[in-house]
Amino acid sequence: MKAFTQHKGLAAPMDRANVDTDLIIPKQFLKSIKRTGFGPNLFDELRYLDEGQPGQDCSQRPLNPEFPLNFPRYQGASVLLARKNFGCGSSREHAPWALDDHGFRAIIAPSFADIFFNNCFKNGLLPIVLDEAIVDQLFEEMHAQEGYELTIDLEKQQVVKPNGETIDFEVDAFRKHCLLNGLDDIGLTLEDADDIRTYEAKRREQAPWLFDAVK
Amino acid sequence: MAGQTLYDKLWQDHLVKSREDGTALIYIDRHLIHEVTSPQAFEGLRLAGRKPWRKDSLVATPDHNVPSEASERAGGVAGIRDEVSRIQVQTLDENCRDFDVVQFGINEPGQGIVHVIGPETGATLPGMTVVCGDSHTSTHGALGALAHGIGTSEVEHVMATQCLIQKKMKNMLVRVDGVLGRGVTAKDVVLAIIGKIGTAGGTGYAIEFGGEVMRNMSMEGRMTVCNMAIEAGARAGMVAVDQITLDYVKDKPYAPKGADWDRAVAAWSQLHSDDDAEFDAVIELRGEEIEPQVSWGTSPEMVVAVSAQVPDPAAEADATKRAGVERALEYMGLTAGQKITDIKLDRVFIGSCTNSRIEDLRAAAAVAKGQKKADSVKQVLIVPGSQAVKAQAEKEGLDQIFIDAGFEWREPSCSMCLAMNADKLGAGEHCASTSNRNFEGRQGYGGRTHLVSPGMAAAAAIAGHFVDVREFATQLEIA
Repeated sequence: MKAFTQHKGLAAPMDRANVDTDLIIPKQFLKSIKRTGFGPNLFDELRYLDEGQPGQDCSQRPLNPEFPLNFPRYQGASVLLARKNFGCGSSREHAPWALDDHGFRAIIAPSFADIFFNNCFKNGLLPIVLDEAIVDQLFEEMHAQEGYELTIDLEKQQVVKPNGETIDFEVDAFRKHCLLNGLDDIGLTLEDADDIRTYEAKRREQAPWLFDAVK
Repeated sequence: MAGQTLYDKLWQDHLVKSREDGTALIYIDRHLIHEVTSPQAFEGLRLAGRKPWRKDSLVATPDHNVPSEASERAGGVAGIRDEVSRIQVQTLDENCRDFDVVQFGINEPGQGIVHVIGPETGATLPGMTVVCGDSHTSTHGALGALAHGIGTSEVEHVMATQCLIQKKMKNMLVRVDGVLGRGVTAKDVVLAIIGKIGTAGGTGYAIEFGGEVMRNMSMEGRMTVCNMAIEAGARAGMVAVDQITLDYVKDKPYAPKGADWDRAVAAWSQLHSDDDAEFDAVIELRGEEIEPQVSWGTSPEMVVAVSAQVPDPAAEADATKRAGVERALEYMGLTAGQKITDIKLDRVFIGSCTNSRIEDLRAAAAVAKGQKKADSVKQVLIVPGSQAVKAQAEKEGLDQIFIDAGFEWREPSCSMCLAMNADKLGAGEHCASTSNRNFEGRQGYGGRTHLVSPGMAAAAAIAGHFVDVREFATQLEIA
């Protein structure tokens, strides 16, 4: 996994509550057996005026001029400002893959759905929870100022605004550690392989019906 | 010290190790696999030169991409017309072969929607931890298991280590007391719960569903309720083990037998919250107050009773919510104040991991018997959740009731719940659907989904618009 330490980037809006993962990446694109290439289909049904198909050349498709991520001022954005319960619905990891592939490195919202939130950390994408009033303010400042850039410092757990003002955020210690160092958590878990085997032996004794039933 | 909740017990039973940073390693007993969220995980194992930690914990089946139409289905994997879908199902075949994973293949007797075949085969059991790269894994909590959806990275993690890195969730009790009226089902109960607490109401919680209504509910009904825990924001939903659970599990192919059964029953009898257990949140509903539900918007919380009207955004004080209601009405092509019973349907879908079990098909057939679908309804799909459900329904003659009513009897698959196979809505079409999500485009580009129970869906198919299945049933003299 790629590491996340500090990132400075242009902010862009996704100004609606309860953005579900079907909206982030529609189901027809889930047929891919790869982890990459989902970027052009991020928010497909909002971004384009036609129905997208897998394997299409998206550069030839009609863009929805009313969708903010299509506005010239938000091109190259890498910090997404969002609303409550972002990423609800399906567990598809294709949602963070699509956000990442499109170039987003961080998402700021008042709350996230649990599975999506977790999936982000597995892909070097940082979801940041801030108070709703602060998110409202960030939206306002971003709308008011073209080229509104935010700096995200994971080590210090701070979002830095263009005027230098800082906003602290919380992040789980383990997730922070993995993200800062770009660690593969399978490798970390396997360091505890002996503990897993000990537990497993005990469980096999207590509940033998859980083992070797399906062959 | 307060007693333990069911979730506390399941957590404690599976705790391999607590780490200093507040995370824990939780052991996974059963890992279900389907074609959509597994290819990248198998590829990850291959690239790292890893093998599954415990092959016998894995059970795979293709469900999302497989065709429901009989002639296309007859060709097996090679017969899937959509090339990208075919490759994905072929990839599951290859991965299961390469890694020696048990798979119920596309036309084998064990095949079906993962969340239907788990309980019906006994592959998922009380007291287990169950995961799958699918958010509706919460379904298996109905057995008194800790079950939740995971992303593809975690699919790979569980395959490689048999564990998940987790932080303990908070405890929520949703208690539904009293009794349900005739014609009111598990689907109406869970839609009413989501309507009450919202799609983020359960975020960060494991929900236990309890109370008299849950205690009296069948296993199929409990699965419907737990299935949609995720639509209330909770990764895991669960119901305590009782005699109904044991009667359901007994004699399932992979359930313990003989002395193991007795030992298992003794262990499972502990799988309930202690009387003095404390919950972080308690939500209460009365069964008598729940009416058949119909969703009108683009989020499962946008739901009302069938006797109600489409809400008015002007009545919404919160600006973000008001904008959400306005956008939903525009997308759905509905106007504020419109009666739910005036909404006309273009298609009807009865199926999905929420409502494709035998009890669901019986409920739909009870309404459809001797009736005909309305001419204005283009298509009514009946998609059984598994080969076993299909066989049972055919044994009971339900398939013929549906066919006589002008409905289409299809092959087991996820089908129009998420439209990854050929079954989808056209733009602007309204669908009465027994599935779980009414998100924009979920059932097809521009499609408009209304979530309902199987009986409500069948009644709507016959009337051509929503009707209160309770009145409909009276007219039909259905007991």
